[in-house]
Amino acid sequence: MKIGITCPYSWDVPGGVQQHIKDLAEALIDEGHDVSVISPADDDTPLPPYVTGAGRAVPVPYNGSVARLSFGFLSVSRVRRWIKEGGFDVLHVHEPEIPSLSLLACWVASGPIVATFHTAIPRSRVLLVTYPVVRTGLEKINGRIAVSEAARTTLVEHIGGDAVVIPNGVATRRYRKADPLPGWPGPGGAIGFLGRLDEPRKGLQVLLKAFEVLGQERPGLRLLIAGPAADPGDVLDRVPAALRDRVILLGQVSEEDKVRVLHSVDVFCSPNTGGESFGIVTAEAMAAGVPIVASDIEAFRQVLRGGEAGELFTTGDPGDLARAAGRLLDDPARRAALSAAALVAVADYDWSVVARSVLSVYETVVLGSTQVAVTASGGEFP
Amino acid sequence: MIADIAIVVAAALLIGVYVSWRAGRIDRLHVRVDMAQAALDATLLRRSSVALELATSGLLDPATSLLLASAVHGTKDITSRPRDLAESDLTRALRAAFSQPDFRASINGKEGADELLAEVEAAAHQVFLARKFYNDVVAATRGARQRPLARVLRLSGRARAPEFFEMDDSLVAENTGAPLGL
Repeated sequence: MKIGITCPYSWDVPGGVQQHIKDLAEALIDEGHDVSVISPADDDTPLPPYVTGAGRAVPVPYNGSVARLSFGFLSVSRVRRWIKEGGFDVLHVHEPEIPSLSLLACWVASGPIVATFHTAIPRSRVLLVTYPVVRTGLEKINGRIAVSEAARTTLVEHIGGDAVVIPNGVATRRYRKADPLPGWPGPGGAIGFLGRLDEPRKGLQVLLKAFEVLGQERPGLRLLIAGPAADPGDVLDRVPAALRDRVILLGQVSEEDKVRVLHSVDVFCSPNTGGESFGIVTAEAMAAGVPIVASDIEAFRQVLRGGEAGELFTTGDPGDLARAAGRLLDDPARRAALSAAALVAVADYDWSVVARSVLSVYETVVLGSTQVAVTASGGEFP
Repeated sequence: MIADIAIVVAAALLIGVYVSWRAGRIDRLHVRVDMAQAALDATLLRRSSVALELATSGLLDPATSLLLASAVHGTKDITSRPRDLAESDLTRALRAAFSQPDFRASINGKEGADELLAEVEAAAHQVFLARKFYNDVVAATRGARQRPLARVLRLSGRARAPEFFEMDDSLVAENTGAPLGL
C-alpha cells in the first residue's frame, strides 16, 4: 500500500507526535508498505529516506506556548506537490486541528484520509475546531483514530462523530539492548524509577518510603531515579540522611539514556497510584527485559498479565513494595523468569502490532475509494 | 501683632493653594490615565477584530488563518493567560503571517486584499501609538505620586498607582537573525 503521512511539528524537535510517526512509518515499512512522510524540518537536518522536508518550521505562539509549525502558501504548494507526486492510496494526517501541514493536507487533498488525534483538546480551544476552515478540512476525513480515551472523548463530545482508539506502541527493538551506565547496577544491587518526581500519581513517594526499609536492610542497595522535577532537592529531603548518598537523581534524560537507565538496574519499580491508562514506561521497561515490581492498578495488572510478567504489590503500600522488591533482589532465578516473561508479554504492544491495527483502518477507508489526489481546485486560493 | 497674623494667614493660604493645585494635578493625571487606558483598550479591540477579519477572509491558507484566529481567541479569553502575553502572541502571529516570503505577492490582486492588509497594519500601528501614550501618562502619574509632598499628604487619595502596559507590538521583526524575535 502507498501511504502518505503528514507530521505537523518540526522533525528536528523531539516530541511525542514525531516519535509516534517515526515508529509507525518504520513499522509499516517493515511490513513491506511504501511510506512517505512530509514534515517541517530545517534544511540541514539529516532526514530518514522516507521523510520529505517541507521547509523550515516557523516558531509561532500557539495555545500559550511557542510551537514550530509550517503554514502559509509556500507550505501549501509543497504539500500539494508531495500529494501529486506521491500517488498515495491513503493519506494519514496527524493532529489536523493544529495550524500546520496536516490541516493543509486535508485542505488540498481528496480521496481516503485517515486522521490521528493525539491530544485531548482543552475546552477553551474547542471553539476553534468548529471554525469554518478547520471544519471543512476535518469533514474530509474518512477514518479517525485517537491514541487515548481522553483524545477520543473530546472528539465525541465536541467535534461529533467517533474514533477508534489505537494506543501508542512500544518500539521494543530500541529497548532490547543498551550498555548500563558506568558503575551500575553495582554489587549491592539497584532499583530504578522513571517519571516525573513531583507528581504524586507517579508514586515516587511510595518508593522512597519503601527504600527507607530496603536501604537499611541492604547496605549496598542504590536507587536510580530519572525524570524531571520542579525542585529535585525536595526529593532528597524526603530521604533519611544516612541513605541520601545512595539515592542518585539523574534529572531529565534523553531517549538513549532512558534505555541505559533501564539496563542499569536489577529491578525496575512502577509505583504509580493511579491515573495511568496504559503505562508506557512499564511497557518500555518490559521491552528492556528488566524485572519489574509494579503497583496493582488495572493498567499494570493488564500489561503484566496479572503478575506473570512482573511482581505486583498493593497500590500505595510501601511495606508491601519493600517486601516484593526484596524478594526479587534475593532471587536471581525469579528475576530471570520475570524478565523472559516480560519480553514475551510486551510483544503484544509492539509497534508492529499497532501498525497492523492502523493498517486495518487504512484498508477500511480505501474500500470503494479512489487514490489520494489534489482537489479539483487544487487547494488554490479561492 | 496684626501684621504677624496676616503673614501666617497669607502663608497658610499660599500653602493651601499650592497643595490643592498639586492634588488637582495628580487627580487630572489619573483621569488622563483612565482616558489613555480606554483608548488603548479600543485599539487592541480593533486590532483583534481586523485580525479576525483577515483570518476569516479566505485570503490566507487555512493554517495561517487558524493561527491568527487562535491568537485572536487568546486575547478574548482573559481567564487563561495574562492580557499582555495574549496580546503579544497576537502580534507575533501577525508578524509570522506577514513575514512569509512573498506574502504580499501571494494575495495581491485578490478582492479586498490590499484594503484588509492596510487595515490590519493601521490597527497594529494604532496599538503601538496608544500604548506609547498610555505609558507616558502612567510614567508622569507615577512620578507625581512619588513626590515627597504627595506621599506625606497622601494627595493621590485612594487611587491606585497605574501600571505600565508592556507588550510586543511591533509588526516588524527587529533583526532577521532571530526570526520574529521569539
